[in-house]
Amino acid sequence: MKYADEFRDKAIALGLAKTIEAETDPGRPYRFMEFCGGHTHAISRYGLEDLLPKNVRMIHGPGCPVCVLPAGRIDMAIRLAERPDVILCVYGDLMRVPGSQGASLLKAKARGADIRMVYSTIDAVRIAEENAGREIVFFAIGFETTTPPTAVMIRLAEKKQLENFSVFCNHVLTPPAMQNILESPDIRKIGRIEIDGFVGPAHVSTIIGTAPYEFFAEEFGKPVVIAGFEPLDMMQAILMLVRQVNENRHEVENQYSRAVTCGGNLRAKEEVSDIFELRAQFEWRGLGQVPYSGLKLKRTYAKYDAEVRFGMSELRVDDNPACECGAILRGVKKPVDCKLFGTVCTPETPMGSCMVSSEGACAAHWTYGRFRDHQQRRAS
Amino acid sequence: MRAYQRKLDIKNGCVDLSHGSGGRAMAQLISGLFHEAFGNEWLARGNDQSAFDVGDGRMVMTTDGYVVSPLFFPGGDIGSLAVHGTVNDIAMAGARPLYLSASFIIEEGFRFCDLKTIAESMGEAARVAGVHIITGDTKVVERGKADGLFISTAGVGVVPDGLDLSAENARVGDRVLISGTLGDHGVAIMSKRQNLTFETEIVSDSAPLNDLVAEMVEAGGRGIRLMRDPTRGGLAATLNEIAHQSGLGFHLIEERIPVKPGVAAACELLGLDPLHVANEGKLVAIVAPDVAGAVLAAMRGHRLGRDAADIGEAVADDHHFVQMATSFGGGRIVDWLSGEQLPRIC
Repeated sequence: MKYADEFRDKAIALGLAKTIEAETDPGRPYRFMEFCGGHTHAISRYGLEDLLPKNVRMIHGPGCPVCVLPAGRIDMAIRLAERPDVILCVYGDLMRVPGSQGASLLKAKARGADIRMVYSTIDAVRIAEENAGREIVFFAIGFETTTPPTAVMIRLAEKKQLENFSVFCNHVLTPPAMQNILESPDIRKIGRIEIDGFVGPAHVSTIIGTAPYEFFAEEFGKPVVIAGFEPLDMMQAILMLVRQVNENRHEVENQYSRAVTCGGNLRAKEEVSDIFELRAQFEWRGLGQVPYSGLKLKRTYAKYDAEVRFGMSELRVDDNPACECGAILRGVKKPVDCKLFGTVCTPETPMGSCMVSSEGACAAHWTYGRFRDHQQRRAS
Repeated sequence: MRAYQRKLDIKNGCVDLSHGSGGRAMAQLISGLFHEAFGNEWLARGNDQSAFDVGDGRMVMTTDGYVVSPLFFPGGDIGSLAVHGTVNDIAMAGARPLYLSASFIIEEGFRFCDLKTIAESMGEAARVAGVHIITGDTKVVERGKADGLFISTAGVGVVPDGLDLSAENARVGDRVLISGTLGDHGVAIMSKRQNLTFETEIVSDSAPLNDLVAEMVEAGGRGIRLMRDPTRGGLAATLNEIAHQSGLGFHLIEERIPVKPGVAAACELLGLDPLHVANEGKLVAIVAPDVAGAVLAAMRGHRLGRDAADIGEAVADDHHFVQMATSFGGGRIVDWLSGEQLPRIC
């Protein structure tokens, strides 16, 4: 497969693995967090851990928008979808995300709620045109990458003068979450692990560019290397991080230069800032309330804001107290350290954010990597 | 005197509730459309059931329902699928499939011309597979109560004496053979789904495997421990099932697993793993190492096994993991698919 196989070449991977091994100092740990679920998935699916020296540890961050969506927001969506006049349009991977007490959109659909899986925002607009007598609500979710398509959809609805269309906005932002991981008050409770550097997001950075990460590099003294989602991208980014650590540098470097620029996608950023504004805070499953981390529609677009249109009230549901997602997302604990992991919490019945989608730290470990736990147990 | 009955208007007509009511209209539909397509001596006798002879050996029986959407897809339709699926389930016992039943649940308004095409496709698939459809049933339900057409088929076959294929026969060191490229059926169906249409040249692999199985049994005899056709859930589900039933684990080598570039590209686009995607004309065989070479050669010599490959081995593993050396150089688990990939694929 052209443009994909080139980035999955075994010989180059083994070459990079050798270089990483040669350049790492065996006397110190290298703890890198990949923020994005896409990176977590690539690490697990291609078995990257097997190619890294023992003292290089990857910490899987909270960068999966499905995983971090709190149960309360799912409950709100279910409540909305249960209205007979509403058709709720959602991306398929939201269907199984647990709300409170085992509820999910999938179960609500089975009970009769009109919930339709769509593959693009354009599908939702089409459904609105075809169902003039119904209220069509698009369940918008995702990081900076999926916000521009939502903006385009709202523009389209405006142009078509759709009166029956609105958006339940759950868009979140990457930089505030990265900051939260490094300095949230929770760290006092759960302890902290040093993070020696970040693998910066791929797709998110195509939109926001490399500039927003400069703050981290400077303020927290952490190297950031923006990397593509292919496994060779990851290997190269890890090598670049190792070199920064060894040389005591903390800069923003761009491994994914084939897609990411310093300024990002200006047109997309403009569209987003025209339509959306910051929320004072937004809840993340596993992280709790994170200041200035979510977006909502500006007042001028209030007619397209489902929360305003339907007077939706905020629902809060506490995470399961035994769930260790907060500590796992910050690298303090590993999936196997959680009592729920693989017992009551599995990809079929996820309890915490890390198990919700295949990009979550626990789900990726369960689905692709859990054989290593048994290997380690046997070895010790 | 015989009452006048207007001929079925195959070109413009459609099924209505009278075609399921037990009256003349139903009799006409059955004789004019199904008997015509399946034509055989058993159906011609017009009994509520069919009696048949079986040869030596143990009998095998299976049943399956078909609800695929869309009804017509590249490489087949619900009719051919309803024959191949049941024939293959019988063949996986190492058996020779003999007779099928076919039950149709038809939504009112379904066009005769589509029903005829599907029935003829079933008849043709049965002839190619060397089986006969010898009994059946027709029901018509109101509009909105079924999505066009559902078909259910059951089948019987005979397995030769001495052959007892089952998961508990698998042993450490056995080879894992697959008969060809993975994921063709699932990708062909997905490419035609509403909202998901994308261009691909991939066609479904839907095919009867009984002839291929006969040659494998000829070459490997009792060295063939078991066979399965990896349909829904793909190879991953099938091997996990076998691992749990046999009490073993498996080690696979990703580079050896054949996947067509078009399927790999579609999976990349849709975020799917080809190992989770459905097949309808492929089998996986767990085979004793001493006959694996001969069985693989027999498979490759058959039209439906040209791309057959030895993709790994059975290992001792208390956790029954299916592990895989990735083509990138690492290792990973090949787990069951969690959740639903796409409903109504067969």
